[in-house]
Amino acid sequence: MQGWIKVEDGTVQTINRLLGTLLAGGVVDGLVVPLRTPDGRNAVPALVRNPALLERAAPLAPAMPVNGGTVLGRVTATGAVGRVGAVLRNCELRAAVELAKVRQVLLDDVLFIGIDCLGTYRVDDYARMVEDGLDPVASALAMAREGRVVPLPGTAFRPACTMCERPIPGTGESYVPHLALGLLGVPDGERLWVAVRDEPLGEKLAGVLNLEPAEEPATRTEAVQALVAARTAERERRFAAFHARVHDPLSLLGEFATCIRCQNCMVACPICYCKECVFRTDVFDHPSSRYWDWAARKGGVRLPSDTLLFHVTRLLHMAHACVGCGMCSDACPVGLPVADVFRAVGQAVQESFGYVPGRDPAEEMVIATFREDELRELGEPGS
Amino acid sequence: MEVSEVEGHGIPEFEPRIVAFLCNWCTYTGADLAGTARIQYPPNVRIIRLMCSGQLDPIYVARAVLEGADGVLIGGCHPGDCHYQSGNYKARRRVAILHQVLRQVGLDPERVWLRWISASEGQYFADTVTEMVAALREKGPSAWRGQWSV
Repeated sequence: MQGWIKVEDGTVQTINRLLGTLLAGGVVDGLVVPLRTPDGRNAVPALVRNPALLERAAPLAPAMPVNGGTVLGRVTATGAVGRVGAVLRNCELRAAVELAKVRQVLLDDVLFIGIDCLGTYRVDDYARMVEDGLDPVASALAMAREGRVVPLPGTAFRPACTMCERPIPGTGESYVPHLALGLLGVPDGERLWVAVRDEPLGEKLAGVLNLEPAEEPATRTEAVQALVAARTAERERRFAAFHARVHDPLSLLGEFATCIRCQNCMVACPICYCKECVFRTDVFDHPSSRYWDWAARKGGVRLPSDTLLFHVTRLLHMAHACVGCGMCSDACPVGLPVADVFRAVGQAVQESFGYVPGRDPAEEMVIATFREDELRELGEPGS
Repeated sequence: MEVSEVEGHGIPEFEPRIVAFLCNWCTYTGADLAGTARIQYPPNVRIIRLMCSGQLDPIYVARAVLEGADGVLIGGCHPGDCHYQSGNYKARRRVAILHQVLRQVGLDPERVWLRWISASEGQYFADTVTEMVAALREKGPSAWRGQWSV
């Protein structure tokens, strides 16, 4: 079920009114949605129960201080108190689907509301835009009507966004949200494109949505295709650049030479799901003699130790489920292209198992399962 | 680089170091059988016993590789024979991921071997180690040997 919702006073206001109706009408008991901070310089996800607070809702604000999948886990993992509507970008929704597989998001009471992602900026870049009186949302909406997703002149999207080939809900085998709000390739500012996942939900929400049923306009279909193609090309360019940079032990060392081992990438990653990460246990509190032994054997030892082991282990543990949200790169204080590494490696692992992170919560994570009839040559002589 | 001289020729020969993670029930017992049966194989392998190949966290292999092991051998029960039903199938997936990740970051997946060796296959264990040592001799020492900046 799909069609148009009329926009009267503005796209954001229309979306917020729709969210308010869902909340006030009891379709959901709470909403996870970005709110403008009191100073207006950031938009942070919040669990909202009072519809009046939706006045501050900023569902299109192009800032991503945290992956929404992570915060959805906070409010559902040990049991949501009511039904929660989750307003998410596609990388956040896909992270939530991955976390659901390890029971760190519970989907039983979640109504996914996916919105076209028109690109996001680093949090500090977004704050500066607001300080400078710029309106990145208005600009993004105007561009989206022309079928384009481009940053404000003189600014840049987060690198992960520039190679994101799944910016639109449901694209690239992404899990289809209950409600998808479309902005890209919508011909004018008078309408909002809405797709409801199934008929029963459509009937339930008929009175709330007041949809004018329609086929997806060609302008939207074409704009989505063009965006996905451009992003895929950029992705391949970045993967090629990564492989040109990193191709042997020394170049791998070089890729992480400036790492200060703060582990922020791990903290920011929505997929790093271990409740007790091995790198935060005393496994790496080596006795002093260990360093002296290393130094004796190798002549010296980098301190803190185990920096490359940290990154390689993280790749081994979670690259198979990387959704490419790029929170790791944002979190890196020295600007390492962590997301490029994890996406490039992750893509290869995912393709070899036919796995698409964020496709289906009923699937099991690559490392959580096996098939008896797979990889038969591995373990045999010559493998 | 650890070198010894080939007898009579004065040519330094590289001695590969292999770290082996062997499951208690099959491959470790197979290695034991090779020993008790006095089957000869090169002394280049350092064995770490796991209760099951499914116990292998890939971090163990990453550690061995980055510390300069020239090769890593992972040994488990033949498919269908795991003492714990399915540990070896889980290990197989992990090794597949390991190979893929190593390849993607420019490291050599051919230095990491997975082999199914049962408790009765002492000869096969000895042959595997012999074969692996020869293959690693061809490849030369790991670039991570002596690398202080890992």
